[in-house]
Amino acid sequence: MKRLLVYLLMGALYLLHNDLWAWNDSRMVLGLPVGLTYHVLFCFAVVGVMWLALRWAWPRDVDPAEVEQR
Amino acid sequence: MTLAVVIAYLGLVLVIGVLSHRLAAVTGEDYFVASRTIGPFVLLMTLFGTHMTAFALLGASAESYRVGIGVFSLMASSSALMVPLVFFFVGTRVWSIGKRLSLLTQVQFVRERWGSDALGLALFVVLVLLLVPYLLIGVMGGGITLAEVTDGQVPTWVGGLLVSVVVVAYVSYGGLRGTSWVNTFQTSLFMVLGAVTVTVIVSRLGGLEAAFARLREAEPAMLVRGERISPIQLLSYTLIPLSVGMFPHIFVHWLSARSAAAFRAPVALYPLCIAVVWVPSVLLGIFGHLDFPELQGPEANSVLVRMIALHAPGILGGLLGAGVFAAIMSSLDSQSLSIGNMFTQDVVRHYRRRAGRPELSESQTVWVGRLFVFAVVALTFGLSLVVNRRIFGLAVWSFTGFSALLPILLAGLFWRRSTAVGAAASLVTVVVTWIWFFVRAWGRPDYSVGGTGLDPVAVVFGASVLAMLVGSLASRPPDEAAIERFMPR
Repeated sequence: MKRLLVYLLMGALYLLHNDLWAWNDSRMVLGLPVGLTYHVLFCFAVVGVMWLALRWAWPRDVDPAEVEQR
Repeated sequence: MTLAVVIAYLGLVLVIGVLSHRLAAVTGEDYFVASRTIGPFVLLMTLFGTHMTAFALLGASAESYRVGIGVFSLMASSSALMVPLVFFFVGTRVWSIGKRLSLLTQVQFVRERWGSDALGLALFVVLVLLLVPYLLIGVMGGGITLAEVTDGQVPTWVGGLLVSVVVVAYVSYGGLRGTSWVNTFQTSLFMVLGAVTVTVIVSRLGGLEAAFARLREAEPAMLVRGERISPIQLLSYTLIPLSVGMFPHIFVHWLSARSAAAFRAPVALYPLCIAVVWVPSVLLGIFGHLDFPELQGPEANSVLVRMIALHAPGILGGLLGAGVFAAIMSSLDSQSLSIGNMFTQDVVRHYRRRAGRPELSESQTVWVGRLFVFAVVALTFGLSLVVNRRIFGLAVWSFTGFSALLPILLAGLFWRRSTAVGAAASLVTVVVTWIWFFVRAWGRPDYSVGGTGLDPVAVVFGASVLAMLVGSLASRPPDEAAIERFMPR
């Protein structure tokens, strides 16, 4: 279940990368144009999802000995 | 002074490369994959440094100068998502199989996975041809950098030559271990200096708020994506970073990992590293309009270095120039080593074995590798003297080809029914469609498929997947025993 959640989050990130809503918006947010701020924050969101992936969705077929140790 | 700092930096890089040699064993496996002993931190830094080339600094700032902030979403944040996914799903499995079967190159993987010598040879040729433009980016970037930071006192070819000589020296001496050590140092350096550069220059421009206010007056289009990037272009561009899965120089670094757990740091922290390097590059590119509003065509490639030379001359300028050199060399070294590795393993050793000639000794293997590293870098330097294309343009075409080859590796890792015919069909399809689009786009930097905004990579990649599916399903199922070696149940 957790593995599935991680995969869904990865898919959601792929969709969220296409921020059509801020395309022509030049407002400043956190000191940068919103179109840039969004994508910097997006990088942090990827870190969070990949951290979950390492905890919950580590590939089962990679180094089985290591998986057993954990 | 600037030149002195850059030369001192290059000397330091050489020292690190030489020191690493003390830990090396004189074996082919140590020379080409550091005896598979690289830990998480060095793996993160060397993978990142290898992936980020002059493209990430000079190319990204140049493209930001032309297009605006949208470059970050187009290339940086898409890489921040796709690259860790490739490391997670592909890199870990490649490492595992590579360790189990003692593989050293992608060509060996393909040959053994589908039992086809011809397929391996064809892949070898395609990989080398795609890598040459990517190597050129580094050598040309070195030339541009040194010429600009010295205000034109040093000709462009001298910078390219200097980069080539230093890289050949430490790669030849230290192999992948030396390359990884040097890359870790160089990556740390260009990440820190990128932050320092943007801080110093933005401060000289009156602070971030003031700089953006001036830019809003001078070039407001830089603050949005507007008409310069289309939504379909953004969507299709997410396929470009998949190229990381087929880069020979990334592949050897994967194989060099000490354990699967060593991949945890690259998987989790890669997006942060991307942000640290790309935000300064994009900002300095768009702020270039404040000081250099009239740069045309290839002139824009040097906007970052011009900004450094204008706002941070002297020692700081030299350090910042060294940071650009660091980014360039940390890719060039792994690329030249990976090509040397492929020539040594996939041509010399493989065909000697087939001809029934005795195996090369470990020492001979290392020397053959060194010879090829030298030949590849020398050839690249020669080409850099006659080629003049926009750095970013060169990179994107190279990336397109590598991305579209990824379905071959994915099929080899995940699809038991895939066959040599399918892989060959995929490879031929990539070559044909790539050439088709390259010819059509020649001299048209803003080319898209049918003028829709769709990047050619989407079509080439899609055709590659389709060819793999059709070719595999239309051919005889592969031998189960061969599959078990790669995909044990």
